[in-house]
Amino acid sequence: MNPSASALSAVDDTAVADYDLAVVGSGPAGMAAAIDAAERGLSVAVIDDQPLPGGQIYRQVGDPVLQDRNVLGPDYYYGESLVQRFCAATVDRIDRASVWEAGPRHLCLSRDGRSRRLGFKALLLATGAQERPVPFPGWTLPGVMTCGAAQIMLKTSGLAPSAPLVLAGSGPLLLLLACQLLRTGIQVEAVLETTPTAHYRDALRELGGALRGWRALAKGMGLLAELKRGGVKHLGGVSELRALADSEGKLDRISYRRRGREQRIACRTLLVHQGVVPNVQLSRAVGAEHHWDALQECWRPTLDSWGASSIDNLFIAGDGSGIGGALVAEKQGRLAALAIAARLQRISDQERDAEAAPIQREIHRELAIRPFLDRLYRPAQEFLRPADDTLVCRCEEVTAGEIRRIARGGCAGPNQAKAFSRAGMGPCQGRLCGLTVSQLIAEAREVPVADVGYYRVRSPIKPITLGELAAMATPAKELGAHDAKPAPAADAKH
Amino acid sequence: MPSDSAFKRLPATPSETVQLWVEGQAVNARRGESVAAAVLAAGLGPTRTTPVSGAPRAPYCMMGICFECLMEIDGRPNTQGCMTPVAEGMQVRFQHGARASQEETA
Repeated sequence: MNPSASALSAVDDTAVADYDLAVVGSGPAGMAAAIDAAERGLSVAVIDDQPLPGGQIYRQVGDPVLQDRNVLGPDYYYGESLVQRFCAATVDRIDRASVWEAGPRHLCLSRDGRSRRLGFKALLLATGAQERPVPFPGWTLPGVMTCGAAQIMLKTSGLAPSAPLVLAGSGPLLLLLACQLLRTGIQVEAVLETTPTAHYRDALRELGGALRGWRALAKGMGLLAELKRGGVKHLGGVSELRALADSEGKLDRISYRRRGREQRIACRTLLVHQGVVPNVQLSRAVGAEHHWDALQECWRPTLDSWGASSIDNLFIAGDGSGIGGALVAEKQGRLAALAIAARLQRISDQERDAEAAPIQREIHRELAIRPFLDRLYRPAQEFLRPADDTLVCRCEEVTAGEIRRIARGGCAGPNQAKAFSRAGMGPCQGRLCGLTVSQLIAEAREVPVADVGYYRVRSPIKPITLGELAAMATPAKELGAHDAKPAPAADAKH
Repeated sequence: MPSDSAFKRLPATPSETVQLWVEGQAVNARRGESVAAAVLAAGLGPTRTTPVSGAPRAPYCMMGICFECLMEIDGRPNTQGCMTPVAEGMQVRFQHGARASQEETA
């Protein structure tokens, strides 16, 4: 396998290449879908913004960095075989490319400072998850990062965060990362759990599902035991988290409340986490229908059981369709590939249904633990609807108080909030404030979040220069017209 | 620049070393890693100050979501440091204040 070699040479820079299927994202869902679709004879292009396939979960697994494979553990290296099969499949892989627009029959991607169009008959978005924004006082200080960021640095650079180090938040990744860092031999000063204690009782109502998903539960218990053996201070019932700066404006300590008392810890790095949410930037930009998931406290695209969205021939699989984890994502990718192959009449509906049945059963089994996890790890209110002095929009530096003020003054939703406050108008295009702004407006107006809605996301969803736009070879025909040369003979085999 | 804020390199598989220049300072990086990771490993930063209040910022999400790691890379401003692999001789500059919002970004 040579995961770093790209098949881009198959696609020249000016022509529109038509594919049966374009997949955005080469995490577990995108890779599995591409493999299965290619096996059924579809011409497939997979676009990813990283140099190597794997997504965030299997980031760099095709060329692992850490010498000690024990640090990241078997769930990470499980991705090796999937990446190998993906690299061996007859698929055009377009790496280091960002998709900044998608229409019904084409998308626009930018690579090495140049943009071009790519045509398709069906589109699968497998853009995965992002970490839920964790607004609290001081979250913008240099030295505060997400747990996901620290894990990415472990995977891609073999880097461990600077000491003293504290982890704070809620969710499976918090414990997993704490254990992974512990295995590298670095010291973790404390792991602070912000999970409200009431959630433990609430989660017990879903114990039946948790027991059916006993493997995940056993892993969680194993992580807790490992932290204890490692002598890491693991403190529950933490609230009022604050990051505080030194004279240079960098993090040097945190404060929090526990058992009614304010506590402080000196630290250079604080890693925060409140779970993950679907990355819906592209699915929103293309205009697919979304709805509010009250239990996971996030938006998700509205899909049928195959992953088909409200837009014809647009499918969504993996965590971008709703959080289910890597194993579910892989299987959802396979289901979407079957549905797309049937839609393009490469297989019959009967074949599709017969092959899907065992996959659907596996998904059902894997998802059994989710209601338990979702109830247990719902973020505390202080992170969903933070105090007035907390910055909500990091880019434009808009506080929660400002959003509440304009909402009480008649601002009906997030799109008006952009005009009134500039929240969501910065370079991240609302990725780190959108959920919070919708929640705050809903709270102030005393209406459900679903009624408030979300930012209207517009292309380009990745920054490109005007020069790059102007340099795009624009075919005279209408966008999406099938004016391209035939799909290139796939030569992605290495 | 305080070196105590540098991230620590753990025992890694063999790889080429790449030298880049960050604010005029030579920085060694592992081929394949991102500019943002190389900057954190060198203990450099903050990597930008905000256009609104001039507040210091540094890489936050490392996966292209937060845009906190915008830097000037080989003369191209507002480039996501976490999405840009290091290259030999690369010139990296930190961005200060409103400069970040004056470019011709669409």
